Amino acid sequence: MLSQIIAVTGVNIRSIPARLGSSTVAVIGIAGVVLVFVAVLSIAEGVNATMKASGDPNLVLILRAGSDTEMTSGFGGESVRVIQDAPGIARDGSGTPLTSPELFVVVDHPLRRSGSPANVPLRGVAPEAFKVHNRLKIIEGRNIEFGKNEIIAGRAAAQQFVNLNVGTTLKWGESTWTLVGIFDDGGSVSESELWCDVKVLQPAYRRGNSYQSVYARLTSPDSYQQLKDSLTSNPQLTVTPMRASDYYGSQTEVLQGIIRTIGGIIAVLMGIGAVFGAVITMYTAVASRTREIATLRALGFGSIPVVFSVIAESILLGIVGGVIGGAIAWLAFDGYQTATMNFQSFSQIAFSFAVTPQLLLTALVISLVMGTAGGLLPAIRAATLPVVTALREL
Amino acid sequence: MRFLPIVWRNLLRRKFRTFFTMGAIFFAFLLFGVLMAIKSAFAMGVEMAGQGRLMVIDKVSIINPLPASYEQRIRQVEGVTDTAHANWFGGYYQDVRNQFATFATDPESWLRIYSKEYELPDEHKKAWIADRAGIIVGADTAKKYGWSVGQRIPIQGTIYRRPDGGPWEFTIDGIYDSKLKGADKTQVLFNYQYLRETIPEASGMRDRYNWYVFTISDPDRAPEIAAKIDAMFANSPNETKTNTEKAFVSDWANQVGDIGKIMMWIVAMAMFTILLVAGNTMAQAIRERTSELAVLKTLGFGEGRILSLVLIESIFIAVIGGGLGLALSYIIITVVGDPTHGLLPQFYFPTAQILLGVLLVLGLGLASGFLPAWQASRLRIVDALRRN
Repeated sequence: MLSQIIAVTGVNIRSIPARLGSSTVAVIGIAGVVLVFVAVLSIAEGVNATMKASGDPNLVLILRAGSDTEMTSGFGGESVRVIQDAPGIARDGSGTPLTSPELFVVVDHPLRRSGSPANVPLRGVAPEAFKVHNRLKIIEGRNIEFGKNEIIAGRAAAQQFVNLNVGTTLKWGESTWTLVGIFDDGGSVSESELWCDVKVLQPAYRRGNSYQSVYARLTSPDSYQQLKDSLTSNPQLTVTPMRASDYYGSQTEVLQGIIRTIGGIIAVLMGIGAVFGAVITMYTAVASRTREIATLRALGFGSIPVVFSVIAESILLGIVGGVIGGAIAWLAFDGYQTATMNFQSFSQIAFSFAVTPQLLLTALVISLVMGTAGGLLPAIRAATLPVVTALREL
Repeated sequence: MRFLPIVWRNLLRRKFRTFFTMGAIFFAFLLFGVLMAIKSAFAMGVEMAGQGRLMVIDKVSIINPLPASYEQRIRQVEGVTDTAHANWFGGYYQDVRNQFATFATDPESWLRIYSKEYELPDEHKKAWIADRAGIIVGADTAKKYGWSVGQRIPIQGTIYRRPDGGPWEFTIDGIYDSKLKGADKTQVLFNYQYLRETIPEASGMRDRYNWYVFTISDPDRAPEIAAKIDAMFANSPNETKTNTEKAFVSDWANQVGDIGKIMMWIVAMAMFTILLVAGNTMAQAIRERTSELAVLKTLGFGEGRILSLVLIESIFIAVIGGGLGLALSYIIITVVGDPTHGLLPQFYFPTAQILLGVLLVLGLGLASGFLPAWQASRLRIVDALRRN
């Protein structure tokens, strides 16, 4: 039996070139589905990767109790001093706590791709910020000098918005800024932002001595609970700490939800459509070989080898389609840079599409399933046709 | 027409293939409907935005609210007929995932300016205007959470929060609907005065609005009036940016960006692939029968008649498959609506796109039948008969 299966499958696969037209169509169909599947989900993966990159385990941010975004948070300078003394926060050599009280505002600036204005996050930070966000490095120009109207732009922001080059003068409202550098932060959300001195930003936005968040470095990931207990039990404060990883995860929950919902609907509809496509292709392939299959069976080949051979062919076409689709998706979309509106932070978030190996593997499995499903019915049909009628066909 | 039985027989002779071809076409057009709905969702109602309405926001960012005193000055500009103000509240119900567009506004002037957009009974309007802690809710949002008029509901904000951190309690004074196709029926509107109480005076954010919307007597004068207003507030702490509502909505849609466009391209490609497969099979089904067509020709059927027999067959398959696909997508989009539950309120199937879908269905039927029939008709009968 095994030798029969091998023999018939071999004949089938070797005769694919003779049916190149319809086979190509089947491959294209499956490749299309895989491409779509991978492309849509790579958007969600991309957003997710940006969030993960932002989630340094030693980084916490402290917001006013009850606030779930920096937008709604706010407290005065006196709270910041109390927070800075809390246990669990790392200190540098000279004993200064590694904390950065920050302000988060939004400015209107044109997008490069459409020229239309978009909400760009502008973050005011304290000098310690560069020890708190310690992966951040300047890749072009220099860092800001504190006390001056200077700005550094995240790498992704510089790519997505017009005119964010070192040396450019930017004017928003009454304040004028000079862009002095571009920074990299390991692909995290802050790369979508512009940074400046918080003390310069406060008067420019009439915020007095208030802040929206304090970012802090922990002595170790485990000291989070200690910090949390101390902050929440302190009667002088109404704040809660949050791990950066949790915060950024929740910040894009809604955005990822939209992408995954739409992506899911599209993938399911397309998947079924493509299975139908594969069925008709395999059916046509079987139909055009009715006589040949009947001859094989007349020669004594059993039904099972015939079923196997048709399914094997279909699976092969499925895998070829899957590999092609996955490869195109990877070439066309992996690393594609774009930005979108994150309604939760009311500002633009830049990210790049991420075609992950896991995504490609899932896609390959899907193409396999589609190939199998597509071949099953035509295979059964080929194996159950009465030999005499089949031989007479055409 | 008396040859219709031939067409019918041809369709039935490979029932399995006919069924699956129709099935593939069905899913392709189901996708088409979803695609068009996504497209209109990402355009965020640009079609709906009024040309005769203009908006004023802070030049630096819409998040910097403008002083309340601006309203009076805008109203006095010649050509301006009415004004209203609004604050973006970023409301959600119970969980931050349950978001809807929530504005704090002045009920009376808002309903005047958007008289066509919000349909609600007069007594609801009156109740809302009189009730400081009242809201009106879009029919879609009300349906989603099972809200009814008179109910009290807690809403939290992503931009504003109460000093005690708790949610705002509102009474639903009315549920609005709209006959305009693609209207956003997810909004929640409430009285600014109720929000104002919770904004500390010291914050400097009291009596400041994110945007003004105003109507003008002559839409053609929009650029001139916009320029006049921006000039009026130039060199003040809050310089303004004035533009038509349409321009703002389209900027807003652009902020969401090319994600929508990329998704559309992908789906279009998918649909095209499925159609290619289906069309090819339909063509194949006819190509197989070249010798039969030659027989018909031998019997004296004219070329035109053969062509129309073939075309009726292929159009029939396309219309049944595609028509059902379009119909089902229309039903799903209209009845089930926005799959993200309120995040894409403009998820609908525009009439023009439905027509486009119908044209595509017919085009598919014609193209997949015409090519093989034409090829067959070009063959000499003798050669065609000789083909296996």
